[in-house]
Amino acid sequence: MALQELWFVVMAGLFLGFFVLEGFDFGVGMLMGLFGRGAGQDAERHRRAVLNTIGPVWDGNEVWLITAGGAMFAAFPDWYATMFSGLYLPLLAILVSMILRVVAIEWRGKVDDPGWRRWADIGIAAGSWVPAVLWGVAFAALVRGLPIDVDKRLQASIGDLLNGYTLLGGVATAGLFLFHGAVFVALKTDGAVREEALRFAGRVALPVTAVLASFGLWTQLEHGKDWTWIVLVVAGLAQLAATVRVWRGVGEGWAFAYTTVAVAAVVVLLFGVLYPNLMPSTIDPAYSLTIDNAASSPYTLTIMSWAALVFAPLVLLYQGWTYWVFRQRISADRIPEPVGLTRRRP
Amino acid sequence: MDALDVSRWQFGITTVYHFIFVPLTIGLAPLIAVMQTAWVLTGNTSWYRLTRFFGKLFLINFALGVATGIVQEFQFGMNWSEYSRFVGDVFGAPLAMEGLAAFFFESTFLGLWIFGWTRLPRLVHLACIWVVAVAVNLSAFFIIAANSWMQHPVGARLNPETGRAELTSIVALFTNNTALAAFTHAVFGAFLTAGTFVAGVCVWWMIRARNDNRDEAQTMFRPAAVLGSIVVLAATLGLVASGDVQGKLMFEQQPMKMASAESLCHSATDPDFSILTVGTHNNCDSVVHLIDVPYVLPFLAKGEFEGVRLEGVKDLQSQYVEKFGPGDYRPNLFVTYWSFRAMIGLLAVPVLFSVAVLWLTRRGRIPLSRWLSRFALVAMPAPFLANSAGWVFTEMGRQPWVVVPNPTGDPMIRLTVAEGVSGHSVGMVVLSLVAFTAIYAVLAVIWFWLIRRYTVEGPQEHDSEPTAPLPPGSDEVAPLSFAY
Repeated sequence: MALQELWFVVMAGLFLGFFVLEGFDFGVGMLMGLFGRGAGQDAERHRRAVLNTIGPVWDGNEVWLITAGGAMFAAFPDWYATMFSGLYLPLLAILVSMILRVVAIEWRGKVDDPGWRRWADIGIAAGSWVPAVLWGVAFAALVRGLPIDVDKRLQASIGDLLNGYTLLGGVATAGLFLFHGAVFVALKTDGAVREEALRFAGRVALPVTAVLASFGLWTQLEHGKDWTWIVLVVAGLAQLAATVRVWRGVGEGWAFAYTTVAVAAVVVLLFGVLYPNLMPSTIDPAYSLTIDNAASSPYTLTIMSWAALVFAPLVLLYQGWTYWVFRQRISADRIPEPVGLTRRRP
Repeated sequence: MDALDVSRWQFGITTVYHFIFVPLTIGLAPLIAVMQTAWVLTGNTSWYRLTRFFGKLFLINFALGVATGIVQEFQFGMNWSEYSRFVGDVFGAPLAMEGLAAFFFESTFLGLWIFGWTRLPRLVHLACIWVVAVAVNLSAFFIIAANSWMQHPVGARLNPETGRAELTSIVALFTNNTALAAFTHAVFGAFLTAGTFVAGVCVWWMIRARNDNRDEAQTMFRPAAVLGSIVVLAATLGLVASGDVQGKLMFEQQPMKMASAESLCHSATDPDFSILTVGTHNNCDSVVHLIDVPYVLPFLAKGEFEGVRLEGVKDLQSQYVEKFGPGDYRPNLFVTYWSFRAMIGLLAVPVLFSVAVLWLTRRGRIPLSRWLSRFALVAMPAPFLANSAGWVFTEMGRQPWVVVPNPTGDPMIRLTVAEGVSGHSVGMVVLSLVAFTAIYAVLAVIWFWLIRRYTVEGPQEHDSEPTAPLPPGSDEVAPLSFAY
């Protein structure tokens, strides 16, 4: 396998890690505000239980995106330059919302005040919804093709970014993450919170499956290769299997495994239909960015391969260990009293 | 204003924001690790409370450091796409390695540290904060190596077919003399920042607690204030030494930057070091030296007191025009001159403060002085300002280049900022500039308020007693030790 191909796979792997891990983080953030309705006094505890399912890990999950960005810069500089300067506004929105999410999660419990928490919850929700939708839009736009000229420059109009297909892509990823996140919360919590999570998951299962199926079929019929049919079928079956588990209200472990497969299959499908292009051009296929004309030199790719070979297994190992350390289910009654300071010194 | 100016402002603003929070993180992580180690080794609960207290401040700060850092990873591609194409082969490697080898470690192990107080064995939990402390410094090395390559490109050649810089030696990139000096300097700056912060907070508290809680002042705040002060003085030695090395490298490798820093307009042998210079116009059009000191500048440049010939801005300008074609190769004289002096001058504040603290707390004394308490409040911001001034000098001193031609390297490896910028409309870049500036400004105000609020509140009651870690599996109903 040539190094460019290896690095295409590595990029797919990094985005796969990002979507699988941040997928449920986004789902948790999107759903968090809905938990605890009808729980009265306990609503706040329910929400904190939900947020703390990702407490120790969300920051490490987010690094998958940062590293994907760095790896893209190192391995395919033209892809990095064209994509991020071309998709300027979506990326700006993603970055601003991610900034809000980081500080909202970290600072939420620092002040014991309902108004403060309301702002933090808005930040968490915005920081979860916006990237969940826009990453889908961005990848759908990538698959669909963008007007790249002979100089690898991109002058995308609004219609290139927002159209039926890309919007469906955005809804599909948001729905997928919503479902993935609800199942994750069900897996990680106990008692009333778990039941609420299962209820959410059960409610969104069908619409999500429908949106996902239509996006997957559209992608496959318009841009697919023969072998990507298999990926699409795997995604569909995994999604259905997870739905069945959720409806029966047992076996969240398996349900989570299935949603993970579904998310992974969607990423593989998108990268599979792209290959060997990185960004197909709608002006002339000859202008497309491919793994060959956008890659770094063989020397850089070799160095980066060694770095990835050493560090990637290590990352998987200790991130896996972190999940193992914090494997216990959280219930609302295990959430400690708020220790944040009051707004003013008493 | 065109897109170039707006893009420069945006990168400057977002980077300066980022580097307000970064040095505190880099310096405070090892200090907290030291405090926790002291607690684990001695069992002295004062160190436990200090670890918890500064741990909270650290996390408040870490959040904003991460939030402002996310933008940096993508801003190269967004606003500087031509630059990214030109240097991606070289510049991307340290960036990607920073993610793989440092960001993953610090984010994952910080999560373990925050949530692992009663879940991990004590030594494993201690190891977590040490991993964080090493990783934050490692990430600094990677990113400074990347930045230093822009100041002094090594280990690369121009591929004439693609017109791009290509990496020829990763070892040369990571052992770039500019990188080693800059990393050392930045890390000492970070230790200075954190040392001053710890000393300042603890002095303020020591004086405050003196009357109603003398025991706390004696056993907790005084030792921590001494620790912070010693770190400040040690970091100062490191800063002076590494700064001296850096200065000599710059005179050799980036003469324009240093000529501009000294507002040395005309080449001269043994020029005097300028302390005060005024000018009605920028860039040597009308500059008057008011106060000069002899011998200092030749020593700064070459380590000798006499017989040193230094080139001035005007002569360098005409040399560069000859070498690289017509253009203005002068940085902003006003900014480079004054940021250099601000960076150095501000060092005096934490140094005087630490000396005062060490003297006034000698042999178990607890000072009463109100002025020391006020001095603490003045001293704490000084390192932050010095860090910013130093980076503003480094970055604005290399203008108009984004990749400065290396006098002894491949002369084709060079790029001006004008050639590196993306071809965006002004409106679009203004939008992102306004968005980032506004959101960062709000968050910086909240950050300051939180740090102040938590500092004034002091070490918390519920953090007074350490809880023993529970064996896994036995705490089904126990509350979590920490929850957002």
